[in-house]
Amino acid sequence: MAEEAIKLGGKKKSTFIDQVKGLLPDGGNLNLCLTCGACSSGCPATGLEGMDPRKFLRMAALGMDDEVLSSDWAWMCTLCMRCIYVCPMKIDIPQLVFNVRKSRPREERPKGILGSCDMALKHDTCSAMGASEEDFQFVVEDVLEEVRETQPGFENLEAPINKKGAEYFLNQNSREPVTEPDEMVPLWKILHSVGADWTYGTKGWAAENYCLFMADLENWEHIVRVKAKAVDDLGCKYWLNTE
Amino acid sequence: MFAVRVGLQKFNIPHKFEIESIITLYARWIREGKLKVNSDWNKERKIKFTVQDPCQLVRKTFGDPMAEDLRYVTKAVVGEENFIEMTPNRSNNYCCGGGGGFLQNGMPEARRAFGKVKYDQIMATGAQYAITPCHNCHSQIHDLSEYYEGGYHSVHLWTLICLSMGILGENEREYLGEDLADVDVLYSKEEQ
Repeated sequence: MAEEAIKLGGKKKSTFIDQVKGLLPDGGNLNLCLTCGACSSGCPATGLEGMDPRKFLRMAALGMDDEVLSSDWAWMCTLCMRCIYVCPMKIDIPQLVFNVRKSRPREERPKGILGSCDMALKHDTCSAMGASEEDFQFVVEDVLEEVRETQPGFENLEAPINKKGAEYFLNQNSREPVTEPDEMVPLWKILHSVGADWTYGTKGWAAENYCLFMADLENWEHIVRVKAKAVDDLGCKYWLNTE
Repeated sequence: MFAVRVGLQKFNIPHKFEIESIITLYARWIREGKLKVNSDWNKERKIKFTVQDPCQLVRKTFGDPMAEDLRYVTKAVVGEENFIEMTPNRSNNYCCGGGGGFLQNGMPEARRAFGKVKYDQIMATGAQYAITPCHNCHSQIHDLSEYYEGGYHSVHLWTLICLSMGILGENEREYLGEDLADVDVLYSKEEQ
């Protein structure tokens, strides 16, 4: 005969996963896992840090908060959403991961992302490489001038800046103006050859947003607000991404 | 794009503009005959290309219709017979490992172990070029080729579009291999 049944005493402690459920619509379906493993079988981060998406979710569900929160795996998941895409129960594992990132004290988050997020807050350009309004305008005008002077057929090439009422507000990843400005030229040529009505803006031109990856909601929001204002201030119809 | 699109919703930020990807416009302009690309330059060369479906653009934002536009543009530029699919693809594609801040977070070993899945996927196509229409994909897939010595190139679409139109200048060929370095160069005036 078995010994007397074990009685679990006291109130159930609040776990991290409960907090996350409270933040998400339908609790992110975080308690619906069938343990089928479709998420893990198609996740390139499976195996890193001895972790995979299913294991991460199950550990969170079992209340293993310390292990889940201290693991670096949340920074090795790219939030690519393939797991939720293939999940029969549409469990929002990426949001669980995002909230694990958010739970880490800001100064302890990976330095590279932290630095890029902070850098983007320095100017209204939102450039994670710290390029200012003047830097950007100088580079664009400098490269444009050289192309006009040297490349046959492109004497009238344009790269408008702060052109009010243009149809497209083109953003640009900081890597181009800062490290490989010649890579902007093919884009300008394409826009020129189709006669597109476009412009850059000295404010809000940078396409990247590392504060999102940092799970820094306040600064993610700040950057989106600066960009949205920049596009609306110029009265552009489309915010055009180069990707 | 994901950060802005989701950020506008999440933080209820009022705005008057719409979000557009230039891939959509490339496809529209080619269909309308405005963007005069063609694949004749690759008829004899038969250089093979594959395409990376960026998670942000395809699975996370516009879905498979965007993947179709990406293929339409690619085929128009490199020739249908020179395009090879990765498996799996479109919304089912694997992430390359360049997203989510992985390129900047100081964990290169883990990032490359993650990316090995993508590397193997690209190598299985036998393509000499992986078209990477996303900056993080571009950097990561470029790094994977160098690190694992795959020998393929990672290239943006704008490079190939201009190449196919004969308007790609000498300084705009950083990511082309030797096989394309001298193809249809738009030489500067002094050299003509």
